[in-house]
Amino acid sequence: MSSLDSLYQQIILEESKARRGGDLPNDLLAGNDLPENVGQCHQLNPVCGDEITLRIETEGDQVSGIHWAGDGCSISMASASILSDMVVGLNRAEVDALMSNFREVMRSRGKIQADEEILGDAAALSGVSKFPARVKCAMLAWVAAEDALNQTR
Amino acid sequence: MTESATHNTHLPLSDAEVLRIRNDFPILETEVNGRPLVYLDSGATSQNPLSVMEAEQEYYEQRNSAVHRGAHTLAVEATDAFEDAREVVAAFIGAQSNELVWIQNATAGLNLIAYAFGNASVGKVSEAAERFALTAGDEVLVTEMEHHANLIPWQELCRRTGATLRFIPIHDDGTLDMAAAATLLNENTKVLSFTHVSNVTGVINPAAELTAMGHGVGALVVLDACQSAPHLPLDVKALDVDFAVFSGHKMLAPTGIGGLYGRAELLDAMPPFLTGGSMITKVTMEEAEYLPAPQRFEAGTQPISQAVALAAAANYLTETGMDRVHAWEEFLGQRLVRGLEAIEGIRVLGPASGAPRAGLAAFEVAGVHAHDVGQYLDAAGIAVRVGHHCAQPLHRRLGLNSSTRASTYLYNTSADVDAFLASVAEVRGYFGVDGTPA
Repeated sequence: MSSLDSLYQQIILEESKARRGGDLPNDLLAGNDLPENVGQCHQLNPVCGDEITLRIETEGDQVSGIHWAGDGCSISMASASILSDMVVGLNRAEVDALMSNFREVMRSRGKIQADEEILGDAAALSGVSKFPARVKCAMLAWVAAEDALNQTR
Repeated sequence: MTESATHNTHLPLSDAEVLRIRNDFPILETEVNGRPLVYLDSGATSQNPLSVMEAEQEYYEQRNSAVHRGAHTLAVEATDAFEDAREVVAAFIGAQSNELVWIQNATAGLNLIAYAFGNASVGKVSEAAERFALTAGDEVLVTEMEHHANLIPWQELCRRTGATLRFIPIHDDGTLDMAAAATLLNENTKVLSFTHVSNVTGVINPAAELTAMGHGVGALVVLDACQSAPHLPLDVKALDVDFAVFSGHKMLAPTGIGGLYGRAELLDAMPPFLTGGSMITKVTMEEAEYLPAPQRFEAGTQPISQAVALAAAANYLTETGMDRVHAWEEFLGQRLVRGLEAIEGIRVLGPASGAPRAGLAAFEVAGVHAHDVGQYLDAAGIAVRVGHHCAQPLHRRLGLNSSTRASTYLYNTSADVDAFLASVAEVRGYFGVDGTPA
């Protein structure tokens, strides 16, 4: 597989169009008056204009819902879609572990092989780590999710 | 100057001659991702010919010293090289050497002007500086197509002085709305600042006409020549602008050097921006008196080798012939746009083929984000710019967040443009948005 094909795996292209979780309505973008169990974060990559507003809902220790609105490249949108699918139902410790593993793989410049047992579909994003200019695209939704979840602690 | 850069300057540039020109640019021989580099990002930064790199090296090997201070032989030689460079670069844009201030780049130059105006606006500087002072009720006029570098310094100046920032809108094809310009210019307009050539649409603004309109209401006229000085014959006197800025790294020279042109009587009357060493005549513990321009705007040790290199770049361009460079890039620009227009799902920003434009084209690919387009092209060894190209308001006006831009220079061939077009034609298929399975 060429490194371009490893970056744009079929699952990435499909997820970028599926945009799972990408249903945050416009009237919630401002994120006003959030209850204690809900966090929301806006992230912008000023280099390319990729943008996401991501909301996390929790019930006790668990993530019960993710909703986002965003615009960006296939990597950033696929990453948000995969994240939304993976994180709902996890508890905070599991989310933290997933995040730190994903971040480590992304920052490895292709040196760390993604473990599908841990990262699931997000392992398909490991090809991004060989393209340092694109790591921010893949991380955009994850950074937003981390911050949003922290708001609910 | 290497032998291959001596040209038959009466003939138009051709692919054959461009292939000879390319011998002067070693970086164009490199491979990217296993493919020969097709460099179409000169609008962001251009490549340096050997003569430019040699000039810089020669300076460091034989003359390196501090300029305008010290009486030793090397210091004199360095000063001569530095001031000779100023003469060459000033002549390149049709200016006198005392009208050319060295700056880091166009961004620094526009900030210098805006901050100097700001300094003239706070407290009494001098009778002569009054003409640069802005206050509430005054207006600064820019255009909707500006690079952020010719927008934000004016936003900040207006915020500091209470003046109002207004902008001339564009038409859907990217050209400036000249009727609106005529309406917007009024006796309160103190500054008119506009780009000569848009770095996104390739539109070439009618600079002489706009300048005359600005002067008609008594405004100072500032020209962002970043995308024109490298690519077309530029004569600041013929255009009659009051100030102009350009960046060396976009015209075959290193980073860290550029030029600010100002009419002599304006530069001598304008308060300095950066102050310190090398720009003074007499200093006491209470106050200082300043040198005339250009030195009054060149505080601190200057980028000397870069200035020498920029002069070498100007010489290279002059020997090639700026009219020939311009004509060749017009040809490449039309080839780009015609080719892009023929590809399904591509929307070119700016004028359609046949209409005047510089040798660049920015475009949108339906269903594929610019970042992904650029990545696909990069895998084929093709370097383009993706994003908003530091022109967010322009992109917003055109209904976009980002675009992909191919920009040419005198070292690009028809084959470069064709390789680019062939790759662009594959993009929608690769990303599975052309109706066929990915």
